[in-house]
Amino acid sequence: MAVITYRQALNETLRSELLRDPDVFLMGEEIGIFEGSYKITAGLLKEFGPERVRDTPIAEEGFVGAAIGAAMLGLRPVVEIMTINFSIVALDQIVNHAAKIHTMFGGQSKVPMVIRTPGGGGQQLAATHSQNIEVWYAHVPGLKVVVPSTPADAKGLLAASIRDDDPVMFIEHLALYNTKGEVPEGDYVIPIGKAAVTKEGTDITIVSYSRMAAVALDVAKRLEEDEGVSAEVVDLRSLRPLDRETILASVRKTSKAVILEEDWLSYGVGAEIAATIQEGAFDYLDAPVRRVAAAEIPLPYSKPLELAALPDATALVKVIHETLDATRFRS
Amino acid sequence: MPRLSDTMQEGTVSTWTKKVGDRVDKGDILAEIETDKATMELEAYDAGVLERIVVEAGKTVPIGEIIAVIGDGSGAGKGTGTGVPAGEATPAAPAADTPPEPPVSAAPGIPTAQPVAAATAGPTAGNTAAVKASPLARAIARDAGLDLSTVRGSGPGGRIVRADVEAAVAGLRSAPTPASAVSSSAVRSGPDDEELPLNKVRRITARRLVESKQQVPHFYLTRTIDAEELVQARAQINAGLAAITPNGGTASKVSVNDLVVKAVASALRAHPEVNVSFAGDKLIKHNRVHVGIAVSLDDGLIVPVIRDTDTLTVTQISAASTDLATRARAGKLKPDEFTGGTFSVTNLGMFGVDEFSAIINPPEPAILAVGRAKQEAVVRDGQIVARHTMRVTLSVDHRAVDGAGGARFLATLASLLENPFAALA
Repeated sequence: MAVITYRQALNETLRSELLRDPDVFLMGEEIGIFEGSYKITAGLLKEFGPERVRDTPIAEEGFVGAAIGAAMLGLRPVVEIMTINFSIVALDQIVNHAAKIHTMFGGQSKVPMVIRTPGGGGQQLAATHSQNIEVWYAHVPGLKVVVPSTPADAKGLLAASIRDDDPVMFIEHLALYNTKGEVPEGDYVIPIGKAAVTKEGTDITIVSYSRMAAVALDVAKRLEEDEGVSAEVVDLRSLRPLDRETILASVRKTSKAVILEEDWLSYGVGAEIAATIQEGAFDYLDAPVRRVAAAEIPLPYSKPLELAALPDATALVKVIHETLDATRFRS
Repeated sequence: MPRLSDTMQEGTVSTWTKKVGDRVDKGDILAEIETDKATMELEAYDAGVLERIVVEAGKTVPIGEIIAVIGDGSGAGKGTGTGVPAGEATPAAPAADTPPEPPVSAAPGIPTAQPVAAATAGPTAGNTAAVKASPLARAIARDAGLDLSTVRGSGPGGRIVRADVEAAVAGLRSAPTPASAVSSSAVRSGPDDEELPLNKVRRITARRLVESKQQVPHFYLTRTIDAEELVQARAQINAGLAAITPNGGTASKVSVNDLVVKAVASALRAHPEVNVSFAGDKLIKHNRVHVGIAVSLDDGLIVPVIRDTDTLTVTQISAASTDLATRARAGKLKPDEFTGGTFSVTNLGMFGVDEFSAIINPPEPAILAVGRAKQEAVVRDGQIVARHTMRVTLSVDHRAVDGAGGARFLATLASLLENPFAALA
């Protein structure tokens, strides 16, 4: 096990997949000579050449469409869209083509492609460049949506995504690129669709994903040390397919749940989780399921306002306390 | 595992009548399920192919668990699997076939095939529906037989939460009670003892009797009945039945208890104020008379109900009670055959018991405990004579019926039993 960053884990996995399978190639804006806006593709052009690491024009709809065609004809493109915000430009290609070709043409052609793209706020990139719109894609049958929170998951899930025969939205997080963690060496693949219980607990379940899963884990550890609250943390790892059973098993044990999500509250990922819990664990609930999410505004540029709008550990702790109090846990 | 009776919390699959791979039509019998009180046939809710048996015969699971999967046959032949978690029924479809993710269902994780009975019935408690309580608190209260309207909620807006229910259940358990079958925590087995696990009937019986003794204020009225006419009437009826039975046929017979049940039904018809149930903030008056008869089983007790008892002849009552008792002992009663009674009769006369007091079977208002008919020296017209007598004790729910009301009912019953032909008329 080596301790490396989320960025390094992605870079190394891209490299090893390029080495493993000659059908794998990369496309995206400034991923070659410039080595990527976030340096995820550093060194890869030099090693694999412009045939397999292709710089594209600033034309998301065009190069996503090109990747779909390549995938239909047997290659395994890994597309980088600079941030998830620009994927909106390619929405028609992703939703109407990548997601549907396999079923609409009676299974004649698969679309084994990955779109890597970072989301998330907190970088003072303002409203149009700081969004968490992963749920838009999670809503679409035919896509898989993967949301790793740790360097190890980044490695194992990226390898699984590239080897998957469905189109995968692989959603990274700007604020996670520099986070460090232990990453297994060698070939390491995490099956898509299996959530991780990153901390076991008996008193309350926290469900989260991506960067907020890391925040949830920190909060859970702190609550255990400071207050003796045994919180269980479920990191979803993928939004589609969604591992409902792991969520339900946890809530059946703890009888209380809080969801921490960085997207907007209304119609967000947390709404789906809460619905899953009430349908599958109704008789086990001792308190309403609560959600901690972003303020429902375009994210402000101003640092203090941006921080105030995003969910954080303080907001999570407050709602956990309220939920525990509602069940007389602390009295 | 579907909910097949009001009190059912879990069920045991006795036998599977279909095999994996069999075609089933809607209404076909899939399996026999042993519930807390009876063994019942489980009908298929949908047509298809029995693809998978999840719960093997002999296994017990809570209601709501997947016990088998009926599908289109594409998943057939996978054989049986024990304890397969529900989620596993979702095959991670090969990526090449973009998996058809289903709309969210009530049984998450079972998209491709119709699970047998995934949904559990809602809460059955009547007067607790308006009480604000968390689902978990409701579930615990239901299992413990606790009336939520008696619990104070400490959650937001007075919501009853788990802590409140658990405290209330702990209170019940620590209360001194002779029938403390549920407070077993205080009892430990020693080296010379043997621990026997509670079967379902025993567990339910224990719970309901504790509930009755703790929540229903009983009072008792005992009366000695001159049973001479009754005993003779029974002999005459049986002789008459034998006389009209063709040679080679089996004559029907009536028992003293059948006559008692008939008299009870007539007395209830004459005293509608006794045919009521106490329901928290109101009384429920029953316009029909359904008398339950206590039947002892090898492993517990059950009270099958004879519907519209007052409209039946004694021979009909006799036939019904024989049939119900036989099927009760075979575990073959349907739920509606042991629920809905308005009054119960229990008789230990055949064991030589002279008199006893019974515990009311809620929500019924009363139960009649019948002792044996035996010859005693009694004073009659100033003379000591030998007569058959029988002592009966009426246990009454004082919330529903007062002492005088109970006594008037008992007087009518005594006069019917002492003039049996009037009771039959």
